[in-house]
Amino acid sequence: MPLQRIKPTPPSDDKRWKLIDVTMRRNGYAGHALIETLHSVQDAFGYLDDPAMKFVASALNLPLSKVYGVATFYHLFTLKPKGKHTCVVCTGTACYIKGAGELVDGVSEKYNVPLGETTADRKLSLLGARCVGACGLAPAVVMDGVMLGKLKVDDLLEHIEKVI
Amino acid sequence: MQIDELNELAEQVQAKHQSCQHCVRVCMAASCQSSGADQVLKGLEEAAPEGDQVQVKSVGCMGLCSAGPLVEVRSRGDDQPIMYQHVESEDAEEIIGSLGGSVVQRLECPTSIPFFQRQQKIVLENSGIIDPEDVDDYIAADGYSALVEALTESSPAEVLNEVSLSGLRGRGGGGYPTGLKWSTVAKMPATQKYVICNADEGDPGAFMDRAVLESDPHRILEGMALAAYAVGANRGYIYVRAEYPLAIDRLKKAIRQATKKGLLGANICDTPFSFDIEVRLGAGAFVCGEETALMQSVEGERGQPRPRPPYPAELGLWGFPTLINNVETYANIAPIVRNGGEWFASIGTERSKGTKVFALAGRIHNTGLIEVPMGVPLREIVEEIGGGVPDGRRFKAVQTGGPSGGCLPVQQMDLPVDYDSLREVGSIMGSGGMIVMDETSSMVDVARYFMEFCMTESCGKCVPCRVGTYQMHELLTKIAAGKGTSADLALLEELCEVVQMTSLCGLGQTAPNPVVSTLQYFRHEYEEKLIRDEFVDMEQQTEEMEAVS
Repeated sequence: MPLQRIKPTPPSDDKRWKLIDVTMRRNGYAGHALIETLHSVQDAFGYLDDPAMKFVASALNLPLSKVYGVATFYHLFTLKPKGKHTCVVCTGTACYIKGAGELVDGVSEKYNVPLGETTADRKLSLLGARCVGACGLAPAVVMDGVMLGKLKVDDLLEHIEKVI
Repeated sequence: MQIDELNELAEQVQAKHQSCQHCVRVCMAASCQSSGADQVLKGLEEAAPEGDQVQVKSVGCMGLCSAGPLVEVRSRGDDQPIMYQHVESEDAEEIIGSLGGSVVQRLECPTSIPFFQRQQKIVLENSGIIDPEDVDDYIAADGYSALVEALTESSPAEVLNEVSLSGLRGRGGGGYPTGLKWSTVAKMPATQKYVICNADEGDPGAFMDRAVLESDPHRILEGMALAAYAVGANRGYIYVRAEYPLAIDRLKKAIRQATKKGLLGANICDTPFSFDIEVRLGAGAFVCGEETALMQSVEGERGQPRPRPPYPAELGLWGFPTLINNVETYANIAPIVRNGGEWFASIGTERSKGTKVFALAGRIHNTGLIEVPMGVPLREIVEEIGGGVPDGRRFKAVQTGGPSGGCLPVQQMDLPVDYDSLREVGSIMGSGGMIVMDETSSMVDVARYFMEFCMTESCGKCVPCRVGTYQMHELLTKIAAGKGTSADLALLEELCEVVQMTSLCGLGQTAPNPVVSTLQYFRHEYEEKLIRDEFVDMEQQTEEMEAVS
């Protein structure tokens, strides 16, 4: 008789853990579905914290070191919670040529937040993206999931001001 | 499904299309969508009269991204479609009202310009024409006929032969002959083989693969299935960047539809051939475009490359022979099998066959996606198709191949664009990004930008790449800030060579390319920023004197 593996209990009784379990079940709790699972954790919670990584490690029967290794290797995964609003500036080549650097500097200066960080009041995260594939709209910014194209610094600052 | 059934279905859908008087196509690719195409689509659907006289359809990329959202109207009997640019939802009523009458001149986008006239479309033939979310529409455009015919009438060796005959070379950048790669995998005796589609388009400033996946996903599935049949694989993976949510959605939908139609899955067309495809997500690592790193990532590991040989064709995913090709390579397969390898070999140059899709961006008038035959001069792409540099500025350089490529100056403008010519002048074809720069861009800064990219994207496995890119970035920063000396420049050149020669994978080996090519063509820009030697001595003397006192 095959041994029944005991299913680990999620870190909290948050309903969102069900979604993560669905992802893992669909892949047969196989270790190679680690990246898929981490994606679904990040989609649900916005970031990967220690309890989440420990849970994923035990559910997929992987060492925690490996889960941590994968989570920190890929740029898309973040171990820190994001702010209420996110401003992702595309820093791809086309956007760079058309002045993405000025956009980053402008926001960074006004809100006193370096690239990749969140403001002290947790209202705004300023992030960079390698390329959002909207080179026709360069320089492009993704503000809370909405794409804004052909931006000037003042337009962007005005837009952020309106949102937060 | 048999070929008769497929043809019947295709005819039914075609008949339905022909019965409608006006077909209004709205580009719903990522770029147009982010300029509000979904609102335009909604507006047009609401404004369209009931019945089947007017059909409003969402389609894939039409190419001219800078003029989006784009809408195309094709009326029965008219051979030339009318294209509208910068359409807003308020314009919907006017466009629908104009059908069958005069053109809305205010919005018209001239299709007689070289941008539309000089292209030859194979990979993008359905892009902007068919609805990417509807498998029937793809079938009506001759889709899946190559697969069904090959499965029922040809042997795997015959399919492979057509691909070898076509002279197709890998479109991901390396330019390795596709037929050769396939036959290596086909020869392996293993019972389990895999087919992988590399859709991890990491080159910042390139969006060809994204457009193909979003506009014509079934074509990739068909190409992969043909590849699997030719090499004897039964399982496929598509490794897509997680940054492309729309492409992922459409791929997953396409796989579901094709499986439902019996064009994927077990015993396709009642033959012993079975093939399943699974989508795997990347998580933002440029190095995962390298094939061994990509396989690591598909296995759920950190995407770190390993030494080759053994090549994936021998020892790939989970230790089994694996065929890895790029999106654009797979997109060429169905037309090759349908029309024969010789037809494909008649396009392009002697050693580079077929067409190539380029993503034109940067300081250029017509930003967007183009497909041209191999061997077209660079000047034609930049000045005629691209419409030249805007705002009366002067052209300075065009960057091809992304962080692994180089910058070509105005002297190289008459260069035919193919794999070998580009390599000779110190750049590469790469996946097809083309970024145009004008006189406002400093080439030292551009080299530094790419070096910063390679530095942060280095996986850290081998020393030359991990440490070398960091040191080169430091030197470039120093030079860009006007604090470098001629000794720094010499050190930079030496480092370029060392990193090129000793890195483990393509990322490190090609990381110095932007520096090497800008040094080759724009050396004066580096030298202008250096501290002159006599001042270096003086500075040293002052330091020594300070130390003595």
